[in-house]
Amino acid sequence: MWSLDKIFGLYTVLFLGTTVLIGIGEKLGLFSNQMIGWLFMAMSLAIYVVIGVLTRTSNPDQYYVAGRNVPAFYNGMATGSDWMSAASFISMAGALSVQGFSGLAYVMGWTGGYLLLAVFLGPYLRQFGAYTIPDFLGARYGGNMARCIGVVAAIACSLMYLIAQVTGVGFIVARFIGIDFNVGVFLGLIGVLFCSVLGGMKSVTWTQVAQYIILIISYLVPVVYMSWTIFSIPIPELTYGQLLQRNNAAAIAVTRDPTEKETRALWKKDADAANAKIKAGGLPEADVEKLKAQATIASRQAIAPAASDDAKFGRYLTVPTGTGMWNFLALTFCLMVGTAGLPHILTRYYTAPSVRQARTTCAWALLCIFMLYFTAPAYAAFARFALYTRLVGSKITELPAWVNLWKPAGLFEVVDKNGDGIVQWADFVLKSSDFVVLATPEIAGLPFVITGLVMAGGLAAALSTADGLLLTIANAISHDLYYNVIDPSASLVKRLTITKVLLVVTAIVAAYIATYRLSLIVELVAWAFSLAGASFFPALVMGIWWKRANAIGANVGMLVGLGVTLFYMIGSRFYGLSWFGTTTISSAIFGLPAGFLTIWIVSLLTPPPPQSVQDLVISVRYPKSGQGTKGDPLGRDLREVPVH
Amino acid sequence: MADLTPRQRDEYWRYNVKLTTILLSIWFVVTFLISGLWASWLNQWTIIGFPLGYYMAAQGSLAIFVVEIAIYARLMNKKDEEFGIREEG
Repeated sequence: MWSLDKIFGLYTVLFLGTTVLIGIGEKLGLFSNQMIGWLFMAMSLAIYVVIGVLTRTSNPDQYYVAGRNVPAFYNGMATGSDWMSAASFISMAGALSVQGFSGLAYVMGWTGGYLLLAVFLGPYLRQFGAYTIPDFLGARYGGNMARCIGVVAAIACSLMYLIAQVTGVGFIVARFIGIDFNVGVFLGLIGVLFCSVLGGMKSVTWTQVAQYIILIISYLVPVVYMSWTIFSIPIPELTYGQLLQRNNAAAIAVTRDPTEKETRALWKKDADAANAKIKAGGLPEADVEKLKAQATIASRQAIAPAASDDAKFGRYLTVPTGTGMWNFLALTFCLMVGTAGLPHILTRYYTAPSVRQARTTCAWALLCIFMLYFTAPAYAAFARFALYTRLVGSKITELPAWVNLWKPAGLFEVVDKNGDGIVQWADFVLKSSDFVVLATPEIAGLPFVITGLVMAGGLAAALSTADGLLLTIANAISHDLYYNVIDPSASLVKRLTITKVLLVVTAIVAAYIATYRLSLIVELVAWAFSLAGASFFPALVMGIWWKRANAIGANVGMLVGLGVTLFYMIGSRFYGLSWFGTTTISSAIFGLPAGFLTIWIVSLLTPPPPQSVQDLVISVRYPKSGQGTKGDPLGRDLREVPVH
Repeated sequence: MADLTPRQRDEYWRYNVKLTTILLSIWFVVTFLISGLWASWLNQWTIIGFPLGYYMAAQGSLAIFVVEIAIYARLMNKKDEEFGIREEG
């Protein structure tokens, strides 16, 4: 039997080797761009299917929690790719490039949350050692009520998130290999289902490790290369400080340049014209919408890039004040508690072999995530720099090759507003900041094989998260709802069969909703964090840290947390509600304290939980000899398991 | 191995709570003060080409989180050993 280190070491070498071979093939003119896209897609899917088949299992301990024997380092990698979704991989660097300092809320929120997870929840959940998060709620707050609220919250958060991942898969496949969006979604689903249906958590874990390796390599390669070519130092995180200064200088130049001023003035005129037409009225609804969209784009183009003459650094880096600062802090906080409350991440701690390994897992997980998040702001700066130096000032008839290559994707447009035949900064019309990660390899002049690698990375990021979410949803329904609430006498075979059927059904439902391509989906993902933070976080933390918290307090607390958050979300998004100017995305800033307070007050007003539950809380706090391995905390016998 | 005595439990839990409190205080200062409210003021200094406030929010705070979790895992695991808790099966 080979050791894990050997297997994954060899896998990494093989993956890199194949990438280099494809690169040589490209140099020799053997492969077209589309073929490279297909090769990477086929290679990724093949890896996932092979792992799925090799790790198939019907043992419930294996199926639900990977046999609780995933070593911390690998569990950390699996958590990392479980965590980093299509949004982290494709969209984050772009958002940072556009939002500047305010965008750093995502970087801090999505990493700092792991500290909360590590000290408040992870090790204790492992000590409890169940299969799902509702399992813990059910045992701690005695009864099906808490379990059911947990199930509903888990499904609500995870399904939104899942649909976004499936949409991400469709986009990536459609862009890189030029097939239909819906076919792309379908192809991706095969990869996801192969591992989750065949081997549950066990397959998903090892696939996620494989996916982490792909995604981190593909994220780092382009930006390390750019850092090397510009500064001769292959550490972009160190060098991009210099780049920020150069970018600011470029932005100042753009602000002052007369042709730029002319272009901006023309955009301003466009915006005014469109607005005047809307004001005049009498147009059909569809035309008004179109004009509004035009006006938005035109007025955005009319603004000079963020820079300031007096300060050394541009407005791009300026720290927000007042309401802006409040929203920055609130968003950071909500993303952190959301991170610590998302069920598909919490479940990963059940797969650690021991409490000690659960603690180490958290450290490895954050390190794995840190590698990408630490690089994302650098990616943003390098992409901006590439635009200033490689696009601005070039002739409109001799545009760089990447412009034409990426035009069909509709991420941006290059126009010649003032008709002088030269591209101005204001001629670059950004439609989606996603282009930063996807197109930067080519902007930097890298061969297409690197773009193929980035595609494989984006695919890995989306699919690995989809795997984890799918399993969470299916388990919430089959294990928590069906087995624990509806039919506790269901046989093991029946339960696993139901799980497998649900995996397929959930995947199809998610894919079906994704084909509608609702623009609201992206927003809903951000909401999932606030929902998870406000519902799970207070009940779980109080359940572990406060013996006195009782069932009724927790149930009411979860409902109040969810309710307040949803109320503010819907109110602020659709009905103009505004408390202290807080944005919709940070709704948990109200729901979370409301949840904690409710649990505290209601628990004190009602009788304390029974002794058995208080003993459970005590037992969760102290790791014990002999409790580290397998077994069900509720005393059900799980070892007599037919393996077939 | 026998369970911990009530006194040992007390000691173990107090250590855990103390460690958790210290780590969370650092977390709070780093996230909400250094990278948030004070960032603008810190920006007057520069570190390897970055304004300090921006640097802390983009990189410094993340690195501190990683170190904090590593310290937590290390210290708690050591404490377990000290108390003779051996759970590896």
